[in-house]
Order: sequence, then structure tokens, then C-alpha cells
Amino acid sequence: MTMSTRVPVQKTYKLYIGGEFPRSESGRTFDFLDAKGRHIANVSQASRKDFRNAVVVARTAQKAWAGKSAYNRGQILYRLGEMVEGRRDQFVAELRQQGSSAADARREVDDTIDCLIHYAGWSDKYQPLFSTVNPVASPHFSFSVPEPTGVVALIAPDDSALLGLVSYLCPIIVGGNTVITLTSEKKPLSAITFAEVVATSDVPAGVVNILTGYRSELLSQIAGHMDVNAVAYGGDNLEERKIIQSQASLNVKRVIFAESSAESPYAILATQETKTTWHPIGL
Amino acid sequence: MSTTTAEKTAPLQWNYAPAPESVDPKLRKRYDLFIDGKFVPPVEGNYRPSINPARETTLAEVADATAPDVDKAVKAARKAYTKVWSKMSGKERGKYIFRIARLLQERSREFAVAETLNGGKSIRESRDTDIPLAAAHFFYYAGWADKHDYAFPGRRAKPLGVCGQVIPWNFPLLMAAWKIAPALATGNTVVLKPADTTPLTALKLAELIQDAGLPPGVVNIIPGGRPTGAAIVQHPDIDKIAFTGSTAVGKWIQKELAGTKKKYTLELGGKAANIIFEDAAIDQAVEGIINAIFFNQGHVCCAGSRLLVQEGVADTVIAKLKERMATLIVGDPLDKNTDIGAINSREQLGRIEALVATGSEEGAEMWQAPCELPAKGFWFRPTLFTNVSQSHKICRDEIFGPVLSVLTFRTEDEAVEKANNTAYGLSGGVWTDKGAKIFKVTRQIRAGVIWANTFNKFDPTSPFGGYKESGSGREGGWHGLMPYVELE
Amino acid sequence: MDSKVQALKLALSMIDQTTLEGSDSPGKVKQMCYKAMHLHDALPGLPHVAAVCVYPTMVRTAKEELKGSGIHVAAVATAFPSGQADHETKLLDIKYAISEGADEVDMVISRGHYLNGEFNYVYDEIAEFKSICGDVHLKVILETGELGTLDRVRHASDLALAAGGDFIKTSTGKVQPAATQTVTLVMLEAVRDFYQRTGQRRGMKPAGGIKTAKQAIQYLVTVNETLGSAWLTPDLFRFGASTLTNDILMQLVKESTGVYQSSDYFSQA
Repeated sequence: MTMSTRVPVQKTYKLYIGGEFPRSESGRTFDFLDAKGRHIANVSQASRKDFRNAVVVARTAQKAWAGKSAYNRGQILYRLGEMVEGRRDQFVAELRQQGSSAADARREVDDTIDCLIHYAGWSDKYQPLFSTVNPVASPHFSFSVPEPTGVVALIAPDDSALLGLVSYLCPIIVGGNTVITLTSEKKPLSAITFAEVVATSDVPAGVVNILTGYRSELLSQIAGHMDVNAVAYGGDNLEERKIIQSQASLNVKRVIFAESSAESPYAILATQETKTTWHPIGL
Repeated sequence: MSTTTAEKTAPLQWNYAPAPESVDPKLRKRYDLFIDGKFVPPVEGNYRPSINPARETTLAEVADATAPDVDKAVKAARKAYTKVWSKMSGKERGKYIFRIARLLQERSREFAVAETLNGGKSIRESRDTDIPLAAAHFFYYAGWADKHDYAFPGRRAKPLGVCGQVIPWNFPLLMAAWKIAPALATGNTVVLKPADTTPLTALKLAELIQDAGLPPGVVNIIPGGRPTGAAIVQHPDIDKIAFTGSTAVGKWIQKELAGTKKKYTLELGGKAANIIFEDAAIDQAVEGIINAIFFNQGHVCCAGSRLLVQEGVADTVIAKLKERMATLIVGDPLDKNTDIGAINSREQLGRIEALVATGSEEGAEMWQAPCELPAKGFWFRPTLFTNVSQSHKICRDEIFGPVLSVLTFRTEDEAVEKANNTAYGLSGGVWTDKGAKIFKVTRQIRAGVIWANTFNKFDPTSPFGGYKESGSGREGGWHGLMPYVELE
Repeated sequence: MDSKVQALKLALSMIDQTTLEGSDSPGKVKQMCYKAMHLHDALPGLPHVAAVCVYPTMVRTAKEELKGSGIHVAAVATAFPSGQADHETKLLDIKYAISEGADEVDMVISRGHYLNGEFNYVYDEIAEFKSICGDVHLKVILETGELGTLDRVRHASDLALAAGGDFIKTSTGKVQPAATQTVTLVMLEAVRDFYQRTGQRRGMKPAGGIKTAKQAIQYLVTVNETLGSAWLTPDLFRFGASTLTNDILMQLVKESTGVYQSSDYFSQA
């Protein structure tokens, strides 16, 4: 007599664009193998057109996202933290599939949650920190406030698949920007699972877009796109930095080469513009 | 009381007597490069005449720095950084900068005359705006030098090292102050290149820096043209580039620095919308429009060069504008009555003329103030284009001259959309008596400086800089410290 | 020329650049006309659009601005967009548009009568309007979004073509759904069958909701594969659109520079 063992249902890993999970328009995938060389998933290989489509939805979503109250944006980031907490085991398992030890995986998930909660709290606090009322010599009221730069492309770091992504992503979105992320190509799984978290956390469609694919193929197109306001780069490869900055110069994109992903309001400031407004006092 | 006597007299033709400013600008016949605290001749021995654009006469011969001079200046700046300036306490550094501010205040009229002679701007502006603001800038940043611990909570601010600074010809001394003051206050040393047409006040500033006893090499001033600027940008021992000028050059710099660890701030072009709503105080707005576009002959990156008028008041505004433009006094920049001085150079005049020609070719209607222009020198009449379309070249390209394009709009949303339909994002203006509308519209304009019911106001405490292709980074205020420090 | 660039330029030349807002003013129309003539001067070798499409009160302004450009002025008339007016009013509307100088008239059918089964009324109305138009091109808007079924779309298309409409057009742009590819295919088939029956080539204009270069190319492929290349001309195929133009321009500049574009660099009107 044979006992039938249950066959587990495997997950399809797709892109996350505009609140949906499409496959790459190019129809391409790449193999993701675990440390022992076993096939784990066919990961979508995003094309430049997928990126372009993501920019369109990110641009459309940006105004409304920036227009939400800081309190509201804070709660949405907090909700992201709650959702990751609820999926701890899944994230830990996935990080282990991607090569982390059990202890490292647990620590990375903990730190990811804490990072989300940390930035949730910043949503309504970085503004007073970086705003000024300017004591000008003439009879005018002059004040300067941060405003989101707009649409940001994030090249997520390769080394940490979840925390690396989230620690760069949080300061971008908490400040009212929308983002298109190219994930670590070596460890893409947890980024897509994070997209599922985003999709169920009241983050409006288009605010966070997550692409899996090859950096070597997409970097130049991403950095050259004229409707992207800033590129944040989580790597340290000088050749890649060179490509990013020379392409960015086409429209004077802001280029953020953050040396560390440490939690800090200055990381938020990196994708903020400063707007100064003047008005006369008196007649 | 009888008025018969008065009635019999012919109407008075009252012409203002010339009122030229007469303070001696104390210019030398020849200026060398200011490197390591001394004036030294250029390695390749080239000098070029620096002229008065209002008369086309030579004011002085000025050394032209080439790559070997840049290298000398960078070495001096590096030495001064390592040995002296980065080791000095903020308090002491601040006192040097305060000294510069004070010396400049004392000699401000002399500097104003030099600025006007060399750049062509009216003495009223150099006397009341350029020089006082330059002095105020030094005074403001001097005060920051010993207060870094309070500026960046949770972090320690470290200087970057040697800063290469390249500045334009529209506000020669003021731009030098905007660049040098924050760099010194944060502990950096400087190699500064003034623009090739307007080096004189920067070189006078070098004399003043000697008088202030600033340690040699902390500030080096080396005039030259584009190749000099390029040599600064490309010099391997410079840690940061600060540039004010055209967007095209700014993009070149950003690209050139790609793959290096050099930091940069870019203050680039603009095509600001000045939005007049029908509920604005119209006469006040007309005065504001004049100031927005004709200040400094329109040689202003943040000039309000695209006038957006709500359709209901467009005819009134245009009529009043023409009336006001007709009263502008164009002529001798040294005359205290002059509103609009000379165009900075023959080259710039040619650029303005070429762009204005496209305006007429593309079907916009041109109107120019009927003023008389001097026979010698470079001049351009205050010019207004109506019937302008958003696709017109004069409406999309920065003209950098006294030329205003008028567009109309119907609704607030349309005004914002048109204001933002540009590659630039430096400044903007909004005129309305409704407070709520001011906040709504100023928030929606994608630009770094918005003037509501005023225009072209500047102050050292108030950050300035652009969105999008108008540049990155801010100058002035607390925000102006950030581009000159590394946060640890 | 690469086939994509060819298609994009063809699509540009087929656009009826449209503004149909209550808030339209001569200022807005002038801006649009200039843009119609100078789509993107930085990119040489571009065609101009086929026509600008405005309310009758704006025809004179548009006509003046476009003088000598070869761009037509189309006016919407006959109680656009609802068609809910008496016959006399519609006649006056169409005559006014023509007297102001319209080269083309975009009329709406009386959907109320049509849905009541009064097909003769609708047919006669179109025929009468065409007789008033003479050389002025008449485009018949079916407002397919209100017809409900594809059968009715086909039937109304046949009726409009038989009554003498030079073009059949999907929509006013004021009703959802506006142009769709399915509805357009059905109407193109009516045009095809009419040609096969009569030997006369009539035109087709999808309007409303066509916003991207990609959509435009898809429509052109449908035209090419349903009617053949004889219809790939602004004389027989148009796009009614207000924002399509800049999207096509952005794609064309992308083709020449290699980088994706932003609307900041393209004048809106």
C-alpha cells in the first residue's frame, strides 16, 4: 500500500509594477538555484520596457503619495513592519534558501522590521529637522521646507537581500517619493515576497515597484531615463557608479551613493529637494 | 490763489541731470593670478584685456590661467588645507571670514564701481544689492564656522578638502562670496575661477583677502576661460566642484566627474514662470514683473522670463507693462538714475539677438521700449513678446537677457501645468491676494525658490538652488553648509 | 526608415489634435494650433497633424492661426456631444461652423432616435447634413459607448456610410467607453464591406482614450490588416486625441537618443 505524501504548491516569482504582479513583458526568466544547486524558482528577468512601464505608474502615483498626510505615510510604513512580522518564518526560510545561516536570517528579518518601524516614526519628524525660517534682512517671511524629489530608481545592494532593499527603500518612500527598485540579482526571492507585503499594506499602487533582473543590462537605461529624478545606488562598484553618473547627467539626476544604509534622517534628506518661499510682510 | 503765472509757462521738460558715481574703483593696470597668498604671473604668460561693456574700453590686463597654474593653485590649496586650515579651530577660522566681511563693507562703494565698470550692471544694483549681499554672505557664514556641532544633530561634520569653484559673470563678486564663504566656514580651501569677462572684483577680493591676513593658499583666485574651468574640474586632487553657470556645462561637469569620488553642486539655468492671477494687486504685480525680468539686464538664472497672466487681466497687465517699460532708463551703468545697464559682452548680446530673432520668426509679437541707446557698448532694449506659444523657442530656452515672454492661462491648474512644463526648476513667482491660493500654488510649482507677491529677493540666510535641470544642492542658509561637509 | 519610426510618424500625421472643453478660449486654441504646426522643432523631419478639432466658436481663431499650414480645422457640431437638440438647432449649428470656415464637421448621430429604432430619422439627418456640407468633410460620430452592442455598432456604421458620411467616428470622448480596438475593428469592417460593395473609400476615426504610441501602432496594424495600405493616409484614417501627440513624440525622441523621455521636455499645447 502506498501512502501519498502531499505535494507542496510552489510560488511563481514575478515582478511588482503598479500594484500588480506581471511577468516580464519580454517573457524572459532566469534560474534561481539554492546553495546545493537545486532549482528553486524561475525569476522574471525584467526588460528596459518593464522599467519604462514602472516609471509611468510611479510618476502617476507620486503626486497623490506626496499629498498624503505625513501621519498617514507613517502608518503605512508601520503597517509594512506589521506585515513582515507576520511573515517572519517565510522570510527566514527564503533567506536561508538564498544562502544565509539560520541565525543571520533571523537577525536580518528582525532588523528589517525594526527599520520599517524606525522610518515609520520619521514620517512627520524629518521636516522640522530640515526646515528653516530664514531671518532675512528685508521685510519678508522666508521659509524653506523639504519636498520629495519625485520618482527615484533604486539599485538595491547585492549583499543583503531583504534588509539591504528595505533600508534603502524606506527613506525614499517615507519622504513622499515613489520608487522603482532593481533587486539583488543574486538574491531576488525575498524582494518579491516583500512586494507581497507591500501589496497588502495600504501602500498605493505605483508607489513601490520591484523588478528582478540583470544590473548589467538595465543600469544604463535606468540611469538615463529622463523622467526619473534620482538614482540611489546600494553598491560600491566604481565602474557601475561611473555608468550611473554619466547617464544621470543627461537630465541632472540626483545621484545617491550612500556609503552606508544606517538608519538616519539624513538618508531621507538625500531624496528631498529644498523649496524656499518668500512673501512680503506689511503692505 | 491765482495760478495764472503757472498756466502761462510752457510744460516742464524735466530731464534728470547725469549723476555718475565718482568713487575711484582703484583698478590696477595688470592683474596676475592669486596663488598661495601672492600675485604671480601665469606660467604660460598669457594676459587678456578685461573691458567695460558699456564703453568697449579696456579696464585692465588680466592673467589667463592654464593647466599648470591650476595645478599650482591646487597644490597651494592642498597644503593650506592639510597644514593650516583644517587644523585651525572653527572659532579662529570664523574670525578671518568676519574680517573679510568687514573689509568688504568698508570698501563697498569702491567694489560697486568696479563691478559696474567690468560687468555693465547699473550702479544702483551693484551698490544696493551685489556688494552688500556679498559682505552679508561672508558675515553670515563666518558665524557658522564654530557651530557645526549644532548644525547636524547626531553627526560630526568634516570638511571635504580642496574645492574647485567656477562662477559666472552675472554677479561676479556675489557669486564668489556664495562660493568662498561656506567653503571656508566649513574648513575647506578654495581654488576659484571667476568668469573670463568679469574677473576684476574677484581679483580685488584677492587683495582684500591679503589685507585680512588669511593664511596663504586658503583661497586661490585664478581667472581664465573655459579651458581653465575644465582643468579645475578634471584636476585629480580636487575633492569638490561647485559650479554656477549654464545647464549644458553643468551636465558636462556631472558626466566628467562620473567614476570619481568628487562631490559637486550645480547651480544652473532657469526659465521661471511668474504667474499673475486676476485677483492680484495688479500695479504691484506689474512692478514685480519688471523686477523679475529686467533686474541685472535679465542676466539672472532665476529671472521671471515666462509671464503667465490669467486671461481676464491679460490686456490690462500687458498695457500697464508697456507703459512701465517705456519709463525704464537704459544707459550709463555708472549713472545713479540708470535702471538697465549694458549687456555683459558682445558674445552674450549676439546670443540674445539670435534668440529674439527666432521669436519673431516663430510668430510671436515683439514690442520694445522706445528708449535711446548709447552709440558705443553692448545694449539691448527691454523687450516683450506677446502671442507666445509654449512651443516657441523663446518660451523654452533660457535667453539670459531683458526679454519677457507673455503667455496666458485660464485656470489655476493650467497655470501650474504650464509653469512646470519645462526642463528647469529654479524659481517661480505667484501673484494673488488670496493666502490659501498662494500656499496651494507655491507647493505645486516644482522649483527651488518661489516668490509670492515679490520677486528676485536674496539673503544669505535663505537657501537658493534648483530642481530638475536647474541644478543640485543649495547655497545659502543652513542648507548651504551641507554641500561642503561630510557627515560622520 | 525603421518600421516603428515610420508608423509613429504616420500616426502623428493622422491626429486630429483636439480640445473640447467648456473652458476653451482663443488663447488656448492658439497655443494648440502652434503646437500642431511645430510638433517638436528639436527633432527635424516630423509631419504636422492632420487637423485640429474644436467647438464652432473657436473655428475662426484656429483657421487664422493655421493659415497656409495645410492643417484642417474640424468643428464638432449638431449639439455635440449629446445630440439632444431639435433638428433646426442642429442645422444652425452646422451652418455656423461652416460659415466660420470649418474644413471638416464632426457630427453626432441622434442616439435617442437610433435606440428607439427610428433609423430613417437618423439616416435622413445624416444625409441632410452631408448635403449642407458639400465639400466640407463630414465625420459621423456614432458614440459607440451608448449603442451597447457590437451588432448596433455595425448597423449604425452601415447606416452612416450609406447616408453619405465621409468618415465614421467612434466617440465624442465625453462618454465611456470611448474608442476601443474591438469597436474600431467592427467599424473598419463596415468600411471595408462598403468599399467592396460600392468601390468608394470612406474614412474611419477612433477617438477618445487613445493616449499612447503603442495603442496608436496597434490601431494602425488593425487598419493595415483590415483595409490594406490604401487606408494608411490621413485622408482615410484619423485619431481623435489630445494627449497622444506628446507620447508619440517622446517615443520618437527615445528612438533617436536612446533614452526614455519625460513630458517636461515637450510643450503641452
